[in-house]
Amino acid sequence: MEPERLRAALDGVPGPEWLDEALRRVAAEPTTIARHFAAAGRHCGRAELPDPPGWTADEAARVLLLTALPAGHADAATALYRHGDAAEKQAVLRALPLLPVGAAGVPLLHDALRTNDTRLVAAALGPYAGHLDQAAWRQGVLKCVFMGVPLAAVADLDERADGELATMLAGLAAERAAAGRPMPADATDLLDRLASTDQLSPTEA
Amino acid sequence: MRIFDPHIHMTSRTTDDYERMAAAGVRAVVEPAFWLGQPRTGPESFADYFDSLIGWEPFRAGQFGVRHHATIALNPKEANDPRCRPVLDLLPRWLDKDGVVAVGEIGYDSMTPAEDEAFAAQLALAVAHDLPALVHSPHRDKARGVQRSLAVVAESGIDPGRVVIDHLNEVTVKLVRDTGVWLGFSIYPDTKMSPPRMVELLRAYGTERMLVNSAADWGRSDPLLTRATGEAMLAAGFTDDDVDRVLWRNPVEFYGQSGRLELTDLDVTAVDPTTGNSILRGGE
Repeated sequence: MEPERLRAALDGVPGPEWLDEALRRVAAEPTTIARHFAAAGRHCGRAELPDPPGWTADEAARVLLLTALPAGHADAATALYRHGDAAEKQAVLRALPLLPVGAAGVPLLHDALRTNDTRLVAAALGPYAGHLDQAAWRQGVLKCVFMGVPLAAVADLDERADGELATMLAGLAAERAAAGRPMPADATDLLDRLASTDQLSPTEA
Repeated sequence: MRIFDPHIHMTSRTTDDYERMAAAGVRAVVEPAFWLGQPRTGPESFADYFDSLIGWEPFRAGQFGVRHHATIALNPKEANDPRCRPVLDLLPRWLDKDGVVAVGEIGYDSMTPAEDEAFAAQLALAVAHDLPALVHSPHRDKARGVQRSLAVVAESGIDPGRVVIDHLNEVTVKLVRDTGVWLGFSIYPDTKMSPPRMVELLRAYGTERMLVNSAADWGRSDPLLTRATGEAMLAAGFTDDDVDRVLWRNPVEFYGQSGRLELTDLDVTAVDPTTGNSILRGGE
């Protein structure tokens, strides 16, 4: 996802002038980002954008504000996340892969994965989750299944899913079966794919 | 019957309450920041509490199709504790947030000099952030507390039409009716105000600028008493339109002055079938 594509998508939403001015101010006076970040939804709306799919106007505007900073992206992202409401936190999580922050945003992913807010859990497992270690990533995927978050939210799912994740999913499937409760279909499909590609050891199958 | 409860402390309520409220027609609420029963000892406890009012609690409400907003303030009781006073310096951070539709609850508990100072400072914050103000009226010495609150409001320069004085009753309603300030009534099982008494006040004073809330919290209270009041109004001969004005349009008009009420798409069920089960047991 390139910032230019988000900016183009926002041309059609309410308040394009507000956004232009906000981006200029943030570039010139980085400390103004806090108030602009909080107000973005009130000026740009919260409608889903036709393109790119899966983005809302407020979310895209907030991501652009972060990319407009001249420097200090990691500290700004951390502060905006810590002081943000749920929508602001979600926007920070989605901005992380677009920012020059290296692995500095990983503590924010851990925080989001500890919540029970399905939006934050899903946002934490996007492309930036490549910085998560395998154990934390597996727990995140399993938590999605547990909470009913569609696995489409997880970036690089098939590339990264391993035998250990299959074992954990199979354990959950066994508990659900014993309780007479269904597994989400996308989780069952993942388990099937893992078994068929032989990543699952015979004893675990 | 569509109901907007303009004052309810959902943090203290269970998911059973959300289910019953939604079934009774409650589709939107405002949760004022207030005292939690157990005294707090420093600003960080408030920060976490305020964050929950704009984070977890709206998410929880959304699982049941209820739209949640908040008001943020240092409450009058804890304004008397010098350890909590630095909360006043933190407030602007939350007063910029989308879900925050007023400064509140502010006002008086024991009418101390510390409360005077916090009350005036927070009315000034309301003006600076272009937000309405929710003023709690004291349980003890209420009539003089209401008079003093009206004087502080007048002195602050805030538009009286952007202020509600809450927890009024048969005695204090007279003091507020002609001031231009909105009037709040908290319907309780056995103290502040009851549905039949509320109906009498609506008969005597009309429905303009009248707000009815449950103020349900951690004490003995009932989040369905807004609905009970609407039914009592109908039984007493008020029309459906009267009930809609008091229980929906009035709170929408008052808090709508913030420019931050978000009531679009409310008819669409807010429980996503793919994720709506997560609340039941912290993820079922």
